[in-house]
Amino acid sequence: MLDMTPKTITERKSLRVNPAKTCQPVGAMYAALGVHRCMPHSHGSQGCCSYHRTFLSRHFKEPAIATTSSFSEGACVFGGGSNLKKAVKNIFDIYNPDIIAVHTTCLSETIGDDLNALIRELEIPQGKLVIHTNTPSYKGSHVTGFGNMMAGFINYLSEKSAVSNGKIGIFPGFVNPGDMHELKRMAKSMGVKYIMFPDTDGTMNTPITGDYQMYPKGGTTIDEIRQLGGAKHILALGELTSMIPAMEIKKKCDVDSTALPYPIGVEATDKFLMSLSKLSGKAITEELEEERGQLLDIMVDSHAYYGDKRVAISGDPDTVLGLAAFCLELGMKPKYMLTGTPDEKFTKLAKEMLLKYGVTDCIAKANADLFELHQLMKNEAVDLLIGGTHCKQIAKAEDVPFVRAGFPIMDRYVHSYMPLVGYRGAMRLAELMGNALMDRQDRDAEDKDLEMVM
Amino acid sequence: MSEGILEVRKKSIMVKNTGCSGDGTGIDCEKASVSGAVSQRACVYCGARVVLNPITDAFHIIHGPIGCSSYTWDIRGSLSSGSEIYRNSFSTDLREKDIIFGGAKKLTAAIDEVVDKYSAKLIFVYATCIVGVIGDDVEAVCREAENKYKIRVIPVKAEGFSGTKKQGYKLACDAVMKLIRPYKITDKKGQHGLNILGDFNLAGEMWLIKNYFKKIGIEVVSTFTGDSSHENLLKAPQAALNVVQCAGSSMYLANQMEKEFAIPFMKVSFFGIEDTSASLMQVAHLLGDEQVIAKAEAFTKKESARLRKFMAQYKPKLAGKKAAIYVGGGFKAISLIRQFNEMGIETVVVGTQTGRKDEYEIIQNIVNDDTVILDDANPAELEYFMKIKHADILVGGVKERPLAYKLGIAFCDHNHERKHALGGYEGVENFTKEINLSINSPVWEYMTAI
Repeated sequence: MLDMTPKTITERKSLRVNPAKTCQPVGAMYAALGVHRCMPHSHGSQGCCSYHRTFLSRHFKEPAIATTSSFSEGACVFGGGSNLKKAVKNIFDIYNPDIIAVHTTCLSETIGDDLNALIRELEIPQGKLVIHTNTPSYKGSHVTGFGNMMAGFINYLSEKSAVSNGKIGIFPGFVNPGDMHELKRMAKSMGVKYIMFPDTDGTMNTPITGDYQMYPKGGTTIDEIRQLGGAKHILALGELTSMIPAMEIKKKCDVDSTALPYPIGVEATDKFLMSLSKLSGKAITEELEEERGQLLDIMVDSHAYYGDKRVAISGDPDTVLGLAAFCLELGMKPKYMLTGTPDEKFTKLAKEMLLKYGVTDCIAKANADLFELHQLMKNEAVDLLIGGTHCKQIAKAEDVPFVRAGFPIMDRYVHSYMPLVGYRGAMRLAELMGNALMDRQDRDAEDKDLEMVM
Repeated sequence: MSEGILEVRKKSIMVKNTGCSGDGTGIDCEKASVSGAVSQRACVYCGARVVLNPITDAFHIIHGPIGCSSYTWDIRGSLSSGSEIYRNSFSTDLREKDIIFGGAKKLTAAIDEVVDKYSAKLIFVYATCIVGVIGDDVEAVCREAENKYKIRVIPVKAEGFSGTKKQGYKLACDAVMKLIRPYKITDKKGQHGLNILGDFNLAGEMWLIKNYFKKIGIEVVSTFTGDSSHENLLKAPQAALNVVQCAGSSMYLANQMEKEFAIPFMKVSFFGIEDTSASLMQVAHLLGDEQVIAKAEAFTKKESARLRKFMAQYKPKLAGKKAAIYVGGGFKAISLIRQFNEMGIETVVVGTQTGRKDEYEIIQNIVNDDTVILDDANPAELEYFMKIKHADILVGGVKERPLAYKLGIAFCDHNHERKHALGGYEGVENFTKEINLSINSPVWEYMTAI
């Protein structure tokens, strides 16, 4: 890449260059890793499982455990039924999870394995569970796979209840353990009774103990997923990401949901907390109000450095929307908002948001790739680039300040432990962006202009 | 043996001398993973991709859904002195309608778009899992494109399920043969110099090795595939010798080239002082005159002496430590065991993903009694044996790193994510430093509970 991207943009219909997405199964694997004592299982070739584990390991720096059906030529001809049967027996025998969450791959989908039927025929040990979801790699993206896996759990486990258990279900979306931790902290601070599903806080950010725990103590429990069916209401964060599970819980258990944007920035966090407060009847605590005030204080102190800065944002749809919202609140001007996930709802939501702030020259695109983003940036430059690790080649080639946010980040540490959501997350984001912009100003300043106080 | 080991896996694990594979036939290896295992292994496509990817000016188009292209985008860590085109990710990103109506047309169009955008001379088209199932005739598409554009468009039918990673290596070697076959020379006398096979220029290792040959006066004709280019590969049939570093991936290519171009080959290893010096001397004797041999002798002696001095500084810090090894091929494992021996570190667990029976036999011969030997180990087995054998450091790849750390065991990546060159004499320094840095880091001091 680097200097290989031509400036002239020509139409591409068939060739994908430098994707800003990956396939469904990796999202499904991540969702399943947020369930307590669950073994994610990839029903396909052994390479898929290995790639997905590697991909997650590179981002979270954790051993992402999952098993595979290890398809052979035979499985392709006769179906993967016997592989699954053997796999499930082996998994319960040796790894002893409470539940196996099977997701399909492009191969098992194309040869037409009927997972409903295959699972019905399995011999499952007493007290153990096997559930599944369909994640054809040629539809949607890893974000879709995440939602589909959640819907799979709900479909198999959630129980409809005539009486509400009074709990609020929180679907956090495809975010880091650090974000899930922050969402829970805010809910706990208000004394809200909640069920977070899935919850990788405690599974994908585990402390070192000297012992390797295949099933760490975190994760949504099977019982909690059952109870989701009797929840008072669901807050489905990520208007694209959490839509599939929200529809599933409505269909299966008649539980209503409110779709909210990822609580990134002031307004979206306000919305989240007010919804939480309204649904639970609990007041927003002084602690949270104070954090909000601190965030505003930071924004006011530093706003001169963000104002009118043009920014390019790439990543998963709801993450890009959330990051853009906070950029707009700081007075920055999104110039490009790109996601690889093919969903035109993204474009619609982006346009509505931009309109509200009077930004008219931003290009918002779904089903795009990073090659295109690079070309756009070559034609009209920006002051800041926000995205995952794959953007780093563009950042270097165009010499533009770069903030890593979203998924995957494979070339830095700590990020998965820290939030972007909530007021605290916004403070962190303000610091990351401010530092990137101001470091650049220092780097480019002539000696006489280098400012000691900024 | 632990209760946590699957019955079917027991034949793939042995302890030297007690030999729990039991039936006297040695270790069970070279087989597909067991269904349901947390296998660390990749697939046919991965094998083909990692071997061909370092060809720097080739366009690697992945024909299939997006995942396989995403996961292999610029991760190999092989460096280029020329084109950077191989660091892009090209794919057809097959969607549902392509699965239903076939993806051949999209592939044709994708090739058109690549040719239209760049002046491509060499394209590899990798067919992933479902391409065969939906019936795309990838070979026909490639043939048509070759005729239309007068460039090389080589299909690599690497359906993930069609074997193990090793099968992918073979497919990659076949693709290379397809590329260079037309450049066969008939004049034996015209052959000179050598090709280096099975080095992928991770962290610039190919450059180090090439530099050694330059120093002793032997010409390197072509490299497979680290830092290679289309033009450079075509010269390969002119070489008088092939040296094979990573045998697992490239032995088949060496065999083919011997058969078709009459180029003999020899296995070499540039890991560790002993192996590097021995390899250079062997090549000097085979290809060089007295002057070359003398130069090689002087060079290897000088480097060895320099490094023994270097190692002596580190030995007190490392002696008595215990190592676990889990790598791709058997040959690399053998080199690593020898290197650890030189540091005074005992190898207590050793495993490979794709090791062959003869390699496992060598391993058995060079490790101490009671060393655990594993084929295609899963994390649970690795954990169990590293713990009971009290390993201080694990040498492995990306998926093993977090496992080792969680157990409080030091780690060194000897795979795609190696941070420094680990091959050659410089590699000995880097490897020793890295092992020391990790094993003696203060971060382990706080591992005990408060």
